[in-house]
Amino acid sequence: MANKVYTDAKSALDGLLRDNLMLMCGGFGLVGIPDKLIEAVRDSGVKGLTCVSNNAGIDGAGLGLLLETGQVKKMISSYVGENKTFAKLYLEGKLEIEFNPQGTLAERCRAGGAGIPAFYTKTGVGTQVAEGKETKVFDGEEYVMERGLVGDIALVKAWKGDKSGNLVFRKAARNFNPMMATAAKVCVAEVEELVEVGQLEPDHVHTPAVYVKRIFCGAPYEKKIEQRTVRKA
Amino acid sequence: MAWTRDQMAARAAKELKDGFYVNLGIGIPTLVSNYVPEDVDITLQSENGMLGVGPFPFDNEVDPDIINAGKQTVTEVKGTSYFSSADSFAMIRGGHIDLSILGAMEVAENGDLANWMIPGKMVKGMGGAMDLVAGVKRVIVTMEHVSKDGQSKLLKECTLPLTGRRVVDMVISELGVFTIDKHGPGGVTLVQLADGITVDEVKAKTKAKLAIGAGLKVA
Repeated sequence: MANKVYTDAKSALDGLLRDNLMLMCGGFGLVGIPDKLIEAVRDSGVKGLTCVSNNAGIDGAGLGLLLETGQVKKMISSYVGENKTFAKLYLEGKLEIEFNPQGTLAERCRAGGAGIPAFYTKTGVGTQVAEGKETKVFDGEEYVMERGLVGDIALVKAWKGDKSGNLVFRKAARNFNPMMATAAKVCVAEVEELVEVGQLEPDHVHTPAVYVKRIFCGAPYEKKIEQRTVRKA
Repeated sequence: MAWTRDQMAARAAKELKDGFYVNLGIGIPTLVSNYVPEDVDITLQSENGMLGVGPFPFDNEVDPDIINAGKQTVTEVKGTSYFSSADSFAMIRGGHIDLSILGAMEVAENGDLANWMIPGKMVKGMGGAMDLVAGVKRVIVTMEHVSKDGQSKLLKECTLPLTGRRVVDMVISELGVFTIDKHGPGGVTLVQLADGITVDEVKAKTKAKLAIGAGLKVA
């Protein structure tokens, strides 16, 4: 079997990065984001990137790192309210944004990865989101056509992975990662724990190995919390 | 007295039915989970990929990988499941969620909703709001009846960019409860007044076509 295992984010991205790529990034808020890969993209210095990601990180974390360095040309996201750098760059005209409804964004990636170039949804009908797009009536209800999305590189984060590329996600860190893994020419996965082939329960695999071209263990991880909310004991 | 935020949430909780799968937005809708009647068992869905959302964790049980759509740390309940964002919006868009309760900037008499952007101001994005209102079976808005600058938020037509067209079934404001004929020309009907609020006061603060429900006294 061809080797997919790399030692770290830098080596896992070797030969893949160049200016003006479209990156498909997993994660929701700071949960399940490919921290180590984003850091390596920053360190590579490539620019003019289009990042497809539900959020844009926060200042100092996640895709916030690539915004601060001016490496991102355009974001395709559903919500970017947590990032002050984002607001500043946008208002200065240094960053383009394309807002997609969250479910439409998820489905565009799922469809793209599944070889479906377009689909119809009722989300956004009659709003700005549908402007300029084809609409069609099915069974008396209006739907808008949305395009599938396929990027150049998918950057995903999983809990466990095996050396063949099978991935298992943990709790709400799954979010956009499974779709992103399918929706690019190359998927690079970072995992908290890398195990031998055969050590993952086949019924528990969320993303099958076929999608993952390169994998590395990014441990140790310091998981950040955006909104620590607790109740009193 | 007009209702407080908590009283509005408590009133919204009366719309919950046993066995419902429910998605709650940020703000007053989040408070609804504090007022679920004892004989009603509901399951909360969070659009980031969690079904069966529990209360906020105690300090020693915080898990960074368990968050709700507001990015707050939460807990699991018995029977919680996790899934991808595509699966999450399949259950939302596919009509499998019974009720969505969310906030609004404006609601129109035909059920149009605006709650995601104000032109000229920094736009944060719509998140999952457009998918929720398009796909969930029933949509209830909890909102202040008038804006901070005194303008009615229950209008003939929305002035702000829409989140969804003909999507709102019910509005609960500090003044009372309103149903909306979102599939027809019936407009808004006042069905319940908050304690001490008069029909005239509601009329004065409402720009939508307003009918007064049976049994409500017109002063």
